[in-house]
Parts: sequence; structure tokens; C-alpha cells
Amino acid sequence: MSETRWIGKAVKRVEDARLLTGRGTYIDDHPPLANIWHAAIVRSPHAHARILGYDTAAALMMEGVGGVITGADVARHTKPFSVGVTAPVHYYCAATDRVRFVGEPVAVVVARNRYLAEDAAEVVQVRYDPLPVVLDPERALESDAPVLHEAVGSNLAGHRRLVYGDPDRAFREADVVLDERFSFPKYGSTPIETYGVIAKWDPLDGLCTVWSNFMGPFIMHPLTARVLGLPENKLRFIVPPDIGGSFGIKSSIYPYIALIALAAMRTGVPVKWIEDRREHLLASSSGTDRVAYREVAAKKDGTILGMRFRWLDNVGGYIRSPEPGCSFRPTGNFVGPYRFQHLEVDASVVMTNKSLTGPNRGYACGHLYFETEGIMDRLADRLGLDPVEIRRRNLVQPDQFPYRTPTGGLYDSGDYPAALDRALELARYDELRREQAKARAAGRYFGIGLALAVDPSVSNMGYVATALDPQFRAKPEYLPKSGAVDSATIKIDPLGRVIAILSTTPQGQGHQTVVSQIVADELGLVPQEVTVVDEMDTFTRVWSISSGTYSSRFGSVGTSAVALAARKLKAKLVEYAAHLMDLPAESLEFRDGAVRPRGGKGPAYSVKDLAGRAHWNTESLPEGMEPALQATAVFGFTVAKAVDAQDRVNSSNTYGFIAEVMAVEVDPDTAAIKILRYVTVHDAGTIINPMIAEGQIYGGALHGLGGALYEELQYDDDGQLLTGTFMDYLVPTASEAPTIDIAHIVSPSPLTPLGSKGLGESSSMTAPAVIANAVSDALAPLGIKINDLPMTPTKLWTIIERARSRERSSDATSRAANIERAETGDRSRVASGAAHESGDRSRLAPISGHPRNKPA
Amino acid sequence: MMTVRLKVNGVAHEGRCEPRKLLVDFIREDLGLTGTHVGCEHGICGACTIMVNGESARSCIMLAVQADGAELMTVEGLMQDGKLHPLQEAFREHHGLQCGFCTPGMLMTALDFLRTNPSPSDGEIREGISAVLCRCTGYQGIVNAVRAAAATLRGGR
Ligand code: FES
Ligand code: FES
Repeated sequence: MSETRWIGKAVKRVEDARLLTGRGTYIDDHPPLANIWHAAIVRSPHAHARILGYDTAAALMMEGVGGVITGADVARHTKPFSVGVTAPVHYYCAATDRVRFVGEPVAVVVARNRYLAEDAAEVVQVRYDPLPVVLDPERALESDAPVLHEAVGSNLAGHRRLVYGDPDRAFREADVVLDERFSFPKYGSTPIETYGVIAKWDPLDGLCTVWSNFMGPFIMHPLTARVLGLPENKLRFIVPPDIGGSFGIKSSIYPYIALIALAAMRTGVPVKWIEDRREHLLASSSGTDRVAYREVAAKKDGTILGMRFRWLDNVGGYIRSPEPGCSFRPTGNFVGPYRFQHLEVDASVVMTNKSLTGPNRGYACGHLYFETEGIMDRLADRLGLDPVEIRRRNLVQPDQFPYRTPTGGLYDSGDYPAALDRALELARYDELRREQAKARAAGRYFGIGLALAVDPSVSNMGYVATALDPQFRAKPEYLPKSGAVDSATIKIDPLGRVIAILSTTPQGQGHQTVVSQIVADELGLVPQEVTVVDEMDTFTRVWSISSGTYSSRFGSVGTSAVALAARKLKAKLVEYAAHLMDLPAESLEFRDGAVRPRGGKGPAYSVKDLAGRAHWNTESLPEGMEPALQATAVFGFTVAKAVDAQDRVNSSNTYGFIAEVMAVEVDPDTAAIKILRYVTVHDAGTIINPMIAEGQIYGGALHGLGGALYEELQYDDDGQLLTGTFMDYLVPTASEAPTIDIAHIVSPSPLTPLGSKGLGESSSMTAPAVIANAVSDALAPLGIKINDLPMTPTKLWTIIERARSRERSSDATSRAANIERAETGDRSRVASGAAHESGDRSRLAPISGHPRNKPA
Repeated sequence: MMTVRLKVNGVAHEGRCEPRKLLVDFIREDLGLTGTHVGCEHGICGACTIMVNGESARSCIMLAVQADGAELMTVEGLMQDGKLHPLQEAFREHHGLQCGFCTPGMLMTALDFLRTNPSPSDGEIREGISAVLCRCTGYQGIVNAVRAAAATLRGGR
């Protein structure tokens, strides 16, 4: 049996020494090749236009220029990427006939260095015929809206109406029905390291090698090979040792891999491209902006009978895989932690002239829980129940696990009421309510918010097919999809040293540290004795299409592969030692780094001893035993099944839980939101390294808060990006970041060998909900509820001002009526945030005016 | 092409570059010191922060030629005699980094900050490091690390 001496400890990270001393190897530091050329990408200045032609002659004449490729080359030499819907959207790695968002690549210049490439990019002439622009997803679906893709015939990339149970009956039988409109902003977690690609083409071997800070999923590898017309075993993806953050965003780099590979193939030189920040904000990836109409049906006692979701997810100019995951990634956990059985989801995926979308930390769950937790509060309000009480009455109970949700999810373990109680206790909820009463009596705006969420980890590839009609999926030629696997190899060298090799692509999650802890426990070593290699390479690693480091996978599936590989290796060591000792294997055990007789008495063989013998003297191996000491394990979840005919799918494999409580005070004069307390309780099963887990929670929470308060990719009416620099796209600094009280409860997963689940996305899913609910609660005396994010200072101030002036101008009677109207769902009083100010550097937090741009 | 002579981490360097070459590109490409990172190239994120003549500065909004004759310090110069600087130690101890991309700029900013404010409050630390964006850590680990490093440095290590 394995002992856990290292699992559960806050082991310091092995990654840190190199990263703290400037010795990391990120893509831009990566010197895989001499004689590298550099690319600059020419991008569309129009949100929507027909391309009439290119003139590259002047650029080609310039100093140091090796070649220019345009959309015409892209059309001639590549295929479009396959998309996740049946609509005929032709998405190439650069625009071919039309541009559909500002910043869309139209040409690539290759030159001796980046400066020269940019000089030449400036003189590449592209002639455009501008077309009308549409940005709003609701407007885009109107019959007279400009259509982006003529072949599709409308801007609807996909639409599904999913029905679970009997929602119509639930709504008929309800005592209370509420409806609300919510809107969620387009934001991206903007890793500080941007995209980077290096491509090399060997024409004689027909081999293309690409280095990039791509994070997976590696399904994109075969898709990219197809686009380039290469066999999969002639396209090699290599990921450098260090990636400077990703948060889902770098899963969408693959069109650039194709584009830069094409540039290398056409120009015949190795090409390097490092995205700059402006390019990143213009045209990398973000979550969708969504308009959501929500309805809830409940009994008087607060029991929820059913819900209806109607979503319009805006995926921008093209639908890029893995979209429409924006709508379907959380299918199995659509109902969150609640027991209701009847649900209708009407999901429209809409294309407009904005940049493209994809996974962003919490993929689709930030949206989902913002809406659900918002409507839970409105329902509590309507029924006169405390927000805690209404949630408590609807939670899945501990004796219901494993719990099958009506949408096909299989929640593996949990104790939701216990986690909620822990959060309330940590937050001193009752005391907060008393403080609130006092504050309100004194005319202050003090609010308490709650958010609960099921935290899904390890996406099951099968969820993507939820986007397709069941009739389509029933065709004989349709191949069902399912799965979530990861691999690990552990080998012991002749002197007994251990190396673990992964196929993951960590972006700061400390896989080397975590794996060294697991292997140390399994093999009776100390973590420092284990070397961990995690540089993904599609030619040398064992991988499958779901491989990669995304959807909170590693803590669940990656660690499982490592544990299994170690156990396989241990079994081999025991078998070998049994042979040497001429004893039955059952009489031996692996303990404290050696194979020993059970019960303790007798000689032991240490790992080092066995390694030496096995490597140096293969004759000593028992008959039939494979030489060398190594084991590879590929772990796959058997609960990952394809979507069924009723659209039910277990869209993830392990499911954690989050309970959050936040207290805020809003200054009505400045709209500053002060976070007074933020408590988050997580259940991610066994925690392998609590220090790393805490870091993930902190980071996730700040991403969610950033999206809720500041971050938005904003466009003007012509589709020009207004937030193209970090001066305008507001990322929270240390001054805006709260201190968080974090606690864990542990319900080990029965599905993983270590009992662990994922935690990487964690509070990014709940932070928007919890702060919106807290601010709504604070501003309840003014009849304000927050249904639209982000709550930028300007937006919030405008809403407060409007509410207060109304209050000032009305007498007591009409004031009461107003508040009542607002509480019962009158949207006229709720700000819709029409005034989007760009370049607004004002901050919500109490500290402002810190030096953002210290002159050199 | 112009000649740039400067000292980096105590070592004299001479290079030739175009007048328009950014200092950060010069440091990374011409001097091969890739510890200094580029996160925005427009002076906001702070990833490229280094010390120029003893004060923190953003090397992405300076030209290499402006640094002619200057004394620079980059993250590679923090370690002394094979030992991590107390700031580096503290970042490791308090999980002040995840992906490590902002870290060099964060360390140099903190170094400058602690020189001017050796006994900062948490609020002052937050304001001090707000010149550098980090997207991984939520900043708490960094704040804890800077607080701990301040104590060590005050202790005269
Ligand atoms: S790279 Fe210099 S401040 Fe961002
Ligand atoms: S550690 Fe990744 S940006 Fe700071």
C-alpha cells in the first residue's frame, strides 16, 4: 500500500528555482533553431469587409524580407478548420475572401527580424470593400441584420433546444414563477505571456515541426494536420518547458500554428512569431458575451421545480472549435448543486463582428452560475426567505451520491450542506447580517452575497456532440465521441534514480512538484529524488486527443495516470524481487522504498538494488518479464460516455463543490465596492499540495472578479476595439485584489486512485456570482439588482445616481412602490449599462491612483 | 547602427544596434539575458521591469541607446554567491509565483520598493507592486512574500 507522506503537504515547488532566477524557458526564450526568421501579421482594420485584392510588391522589395503570404495562399494551400456545428462556416487560419472582425489575420510577412517584418507589414496593401457591421447577438438574429457567412444564410451558427424531464408541467404546477434577463461580458484572462509559434519545414522529409505554447486539447493536432494537408505523423507539436499562464486562452492558438507553419512552408525558412499585447487583445480569444433569459418555477416553500435557460452566446466572426462549448461544456452540471429535475435549455450560438471566443477559465460556468445564483436570490427575495435557506432546501443531499443529474452528469462525491455550513461559519454569517442591519439603519450600503457551484473537472470529449441534433448523431456514418485520458511514464535508471514523464502542458500549476510528491509516496522516496519532465511532444509522448492541460484536468486525470504508472512499476519490482528471493510475490510488499517480506522479517531489496540488477543483468529477470524498469499508464475515465439520444451527457468526470460568501460595502457617492469579507470553501477531494491549491483558488477568484468588475473587450459601433491596450483593458492589480479566507472539505472521488479532483478553474466560476449578489444586496434599499456585468465604476455610479435621484424626487409612498416593482422583476429600473466608457482608469477599490505607468 | 556600452549585473557589455531598438529587446536578444520578459510592450504590465542606475524602470519603453553608459540590473543579477536573494527565497516560500512570467518584473519592482520603504504595511506593499500585473496568483502569495522579505532584509541579511 502507498503511504502518504508527501501528498497533502505544502511542498515547495521545484519549478521556482529556475523561474526566480530568470532561467525559465518560455517560447520566446526557446532557441530550438539557428537562422530563424520572424513574422509580422497584417490584420484587418475593418470589422466586416470583402477583400478585393492584395499588393505585396512593395513589401517584398524591402530590406530583409523573405516572403509574404496572403489569404490567397491560405485559400490555395490549406483547408478550413472543422467546426463544432453543422452550419457551413469556413474558418481558415487567415481571412480568404472576407474579413469578419477587426484584427483578423490577412497576410504574414517574414523577415530577418521582427522590426523589419513590421516595417514591411505596414506597406502590404489590402483592398477592402467595407460591409455593414453587427455586434449585438440579439440584433444579429434579426431578419434584416447583415449576414457574416453567406453560406450559412444567417448569423446563427448553431441552435439546440434541450429538454430534460417535463419543464412545462413544472411551470404549470409552480406557485411562483420568476424571470430575469442577465448579460455577461466578453473577457479573456490575458496571460502575461502572449502566444508564440516557431515553425520549421523540412521539404525533403515532408515534416513540419512546430514549437508553441499551446496547452491542448491535442485534438487540435490532427485538425491542424488536416488543414495543412499533412499526415499526423509528419506534423510535430513541441511545447516548451515553461508557459507564462494560459487559463484556457492558449488552447485557441492553433490557427496561428497553421498560419505560421504555412509561412514556413511557403517561404522555406524557419519562422518565429510572438504575438504582441495589442494583437492579443484584438484577436486571440475570450469567453463569449452572453445574453441570458432565465425562468424559475418554484413552490411556496422554496422548492425549485424547474428552470428554463435561453442563451445567446456570441462567438464572434467565426465559430472556432471547441465552441460551442460556451453553451454545452457544463451540460452535465446545468442544474448546479440543486435537486430540481425539469429543465429546458434553448441555446443559440451567434456570430457577430467581434473577435473569436473559446475556453477561458471556468469555461461557460462563470456565466451559468452568475445567472443561477442571481435568480436564486431573486426567488428568496420573492418568497421572503433568507438566501441561505432557499439554497439549503434545494441542495443535493450527501446520501444521494453518486448523484445522476437530469442532464446526465454523474456527481461522484460531495457533502454540499457541510460545505455551505463551513462557509457560513467561517464568514460568521449571522453576525454579518446583524452588522448589515446596523449599517442599513445608518444609511450605509452593506451587502452579503452567496454563491454555490458544482465545480466540474476533466471534460469528457463527448460533450461537444451535444451541439449536434440527435437525428444527426443517429446517422450510421456519425462516430460517437467520448473520453478523457492522460498518460504518464515512470522509469528507474540503472542507479535507481526516478524520472517521470508526462504529456501535460502546465502553465504555472506546478505539475513537476505535484508529480514528485505522488511518485515519492508511491515509491518511498523524497520528492527531490524524482525528476519530472513535462515538455509535451506529440512524437515522443503517449497521448490521445483529449490530452492537454485544460478543464481542471491534471489534479484529477493526470495525477491518476502518475499514480497508476507508479503502481505498475511497483508491482513489477515486487515480482522481480520475488523471483530473486524465490518467494511467492504475495508474501512480499513494497514498503519504504524496498520490497520486503510482509510482516517485516527477512531480507529486503531496495529500489536501487533492484534497478542495478535489472539493468545490468537481464538474465536475472523472471521468464517473460520485459527488461528495463519502466511503466507507462494511460488512465481513462469509464464514466465518460457519449451523449445519449435524450441529450444527456456526463460532460465532466469528477465534480467538486464551491461555497462562497462575500460581504461588501458600496460607497454611493463614488460607486466604490469594498470587499469586507470573502470566504470560499472548496471540496476537490484529496488535496495533493494545499499551497498550490490555494494559489489556484486565489488566481481563479481574481479572474472572476476581474470579469465582474473591470474587464471587458469593448467595441464601438463600427466594431473597432476600444480596449486594445492594458491601459484600457483593466486587469486588477494587487490594490484591487482581496484577501480570501479559504477552507477545504474533503470528499474523495471514488473514481480516481488518489481521490483527487480538479481545482484549476475553481472560484473563477463563483466570483462573478458572489460579488454581483453581494452588491445587489447592498443596493437593495435603492431597488438595484445587478444583472449585467461588468459593474464598472461608471456603470454602477450611473445606476446608483439614477436610483437616488428618483428617490429624492419621489415621496415616501411612491418610493415604496418603486422598490416593490424592482423586486418583482421590473427591468426598467435595472441598469443596462448603456454607457460603456473606454479608457476608464478609475478603480472600484479604495486605493486608487497607484503608479501604473512609472516613467523610466 | 549605434554603439551601446553599458554594465549589466556588474559585467560590461558593448553592442551595436539600430537607434529604434527597445532596451528589452537588446537585453534579451543581443545580451542573451532572457530572464527579463515582455508582456505588453506598452509600459503597463511591468513584466520587463529592471533597474536602471539603481531605480526600477520599464525596459520596453526605453530604447537601448538611452541606456548607453548606464548600469543595469536584471533578475539574473539578484542571486549573489550562488545564494538566492531574500526576495527570491520569500517568493518560493510563500508561493509568490505560478507561471513565473511576471516574476522577474515583480522581483525588481519589489526590490526597488523595499529600498524606499523597508517596513511597509500590506496596503503599501499592494500599492508598491501594483505596478506589475500578475494573472496567476491573485497577488496574495506575492504580498506575503514581500512582507516576509522585508523582515529578513531589515534583519540585516
Ligand atoms: S512589457 Fe514593459 S511594461 Fe509590459
Ligand atoms: S505568476 Fe504568472 S503572471 Fe504572475
